Amino acid sequence: MNKTISLACGNGGEENNELISKVFYKAFKNEILEKSEDAAIIHNGKLAFSTDSFTVSPLFFAGADIGKLAVCGTCNDLAMMGAKPKYLTCSVIIEEGFATRELDKIVRSMKKELEINGAIVVSGDTKVVPRGSVDKIFINTSGIGEVIKKGISSNNISKDDIIIVNRDIGCHGAAIFVAREGIEMTSSLKSDCESLYPQVKALLDANIKITALRDATRGGVSAVLNEWASQSNICIEVEEESIPVSDEVKGICEMLGFEATALANEGTFVLAVKKEDADKAVEILKGFPSCLKATTIGKITDTHLKKVILKSSWGTSRFLDTPSGELLPRIC
Amino acid sequence: MGLELKNLYDDFRDGNTIKAYAKIIKEDAKKLKNQINIMEVCGGHTHTIMKYGLPQLLPSNIKFIHGPGCPVCIMPKERIDHAYVLSMVEDVILVTLGDMIKVPGSNGSLQDARSRGSDVRFVYSPLECLKIANENPTKKIIFFAIGFETTTPMTAALLDAVIKKDIKNIFFHINHVTVPEVMRELIDSRDEHVDSYNNKIDAFLGPSHVSVISGSKIYEEFPRDYNRLVVVSGFEPVDVMQAISMIVKQFIEGRCELEIEYKRLVTYDGNLKAQELIERYFDKRDLFKWRGLGNIPKSGLKLKPEFKEYDAEIIYKDILPIGEIEDHKLCICGDILRGMANPPECTIFGTACKPTSPIGSCMVSSEGACAAYYKYGNLR
Ligand code: SF4
Ligand code: SF4
Repeated sequence: MNKTISLACGNGGEENNELISKVFYKAFKNEILEKSEDAAIIHNGKLAFSTDSFTVSPLFFAGADIGKLAVCGTCNDLAMMGAKPKYLTCSVIIEEGFATRELDKIVRSMKKELEINGAIVVSGDTKVVPRGSVDKIFINTSGIGEVIKKGISSNNISKDDIIIVNRDIGCHGAAIFVAREGIEMTSSLKSDCESLYPQVKALLDANIKITALRDATRGGVSAVLNEWASQSNICIEVEEESIPVSDEVKGICEMLGFEATALANEGTFVLAVKKEDADKAVEILKGFPSCLKATTIGKITDTHLKKVILKSSWGTSRFLDTPSGELLPRIC
Repeated sequence: MGLELKNLYDDFRDGNTIKAYAKIIKEDAKKLKNQINIMEVCGGHTHTIMKYGLPQLLPSNIKFIHGPGCPVCIMPKERIDHAYVLSMVEDVILVTLGDMIKVPGSNGSLQDARSRGSDVRFVYSPLECLKIANENPTKKIIFFAIGFETTTPMTAALLDAVIKKDIKNIFFHINHVTVPEVMRELIDSRDEHVDSYNNKIDAFLGPSHVSVISGSKIYEEFPRDYNRLVVVSGFEPVDVMQAISMIVKQFIEGRCELEIEYKRLVTYDGNLKAQELIERYFDKRDLFKWRGLGNIPKSGLKLKPEFKEYDAEIIYKDILPIGEIEDHKLCICGDILRGMANPPECTIFGTACKPTSPIGSCMVSSEGACAAYYKYGNLR
């Protein structure tokens, strides 16, 4: 471990994993935590419990704002465990001088998103700190959900499963980059930020046999696939051409030298479902306006255990690695 | 501005075109008498070759040798230590380009410096320094300039603006390097390595972005004086496959010439205006140390003496560390950069040395050969 914490330690990739395992897991060690799922399953499997903090900059961007993000983020973590989001807490740390009007706007968008999930905020906390102590506003939300479907876990994926993604990937990460770096661009590029519970519910209502779900937030789709490959001790083989990426996101990646699979998402999730249900699951997802591009992207093999292999349309293959480091544009 | 990047990549990554080239190369390669070793000089090519799995498409008598690569990978610890020290100065904002902030020096990287409280920023274009300087009139902005011929004109353009606008708080630490000198070194140098690699490189893949600025003319000496052909190639997989095909054709036809694959933007003369700008502000250094390769004559640039008032190396001379730093003894980057070894041959590849904790230069930049092998594997 490095002597000081760098920004890379929060990237959702390699360094982040190292920080979590070497500092937090080491100290807090217990059975539930070690499952390393999106949300902890507690109370005899009946409840899911999760927490997340939001520090995004800028606060408002195409497609969402920090408020919407703070509700979606925690609710989605619950939904990924097959749980219905029910009760949330909300802690806010505000920098002195922050405009009340903006705070109002943020809270209003939280309210709207809570309604979509059918969840309520039942407890909260507010701190105001001197200028410079935080960047404008940080929000933490924790949530409890009721598990509707038991046994969803990223540790049980097998050759009977097919990998699906619910929509085109990378929109959130790309939109944030555009907003932050002031890249001048007229495009329809918007964050994918969205509550996923409605999609999960539709799948569960249709009795789709789901093995695992995970929303591809920081670290993107490649981080999810790599975690799954190592947690379930499998090899995931993905056809590169099948991964849906919009032209705008491809364009940003081209300009800055990123890979869409490493970009963050806030309304994109990866599913492992039983083979026989794969087509049906894709059909159901396509019923949602944001998910018209839902599709099968990969299968499970045992050629390189704990690795993800990306296959090109010209017949070559390579590893798809967990993203590492801060996302930085290449030099030339 | 509307974004229409699609046609920039679509055609040049087309599966069918790549397959078609693979077929042509396979057919042609049957007529080759000997194996040919093609060195890609730039890490950008290494990256493309590994990312798109191109070796998997080539017959066994055509091999890639990974070259000296990238201004990021080859930046010696001594120079990074300079940047580190400068960034720690009270009223300094140290500015550099992307990837550079990850490269470790002996005290850590610029990223580490930033987490220890210094003000380090990365920019997409050196000209962004003007804005930073304007917003921070009481600070000194030091631009840590890196890159091959590609980025040099941008640094020159910044200096040009600084002089014309009479800006007093922007300074330069120049680390620009040039490609032909290192290529020459690989063939020409007379140290103990010579015989083992001297005969290994049969052809060079020249990086197109360098030649957009400098023209293809900078490689003239290689076919003429060294009997090594050069094809200047773009970075997309279709470009590289086409360039390989051009190289194979030359061998079959018994030619040894300088050719341009990347005709979209590269000409023989290059961008004369940019070259003139570079000449106005820069001189060659007698020696510049490359990480893993050692000192290479005339391979680096510095500001001309008449611009010394902008030269951070002169202004901060008293605090900049001097003295040489040895490379890690297990690291075989030197051999890799010279095309004599492959990353997996290093005993600490993927174990002690990984992209998150790089030991040698080839693992440092995402475009280094070791990083590319680690990241993409060498799947067949
Ligand atoms: S940054 Fe990449 S493309 Fe630019 S010179 Fe280095 S290796 Fe080549
Ligand atoms: S694996 Fe690391 S130490 Fe070994 S040659 Fe590559 S960069 Fe150097």
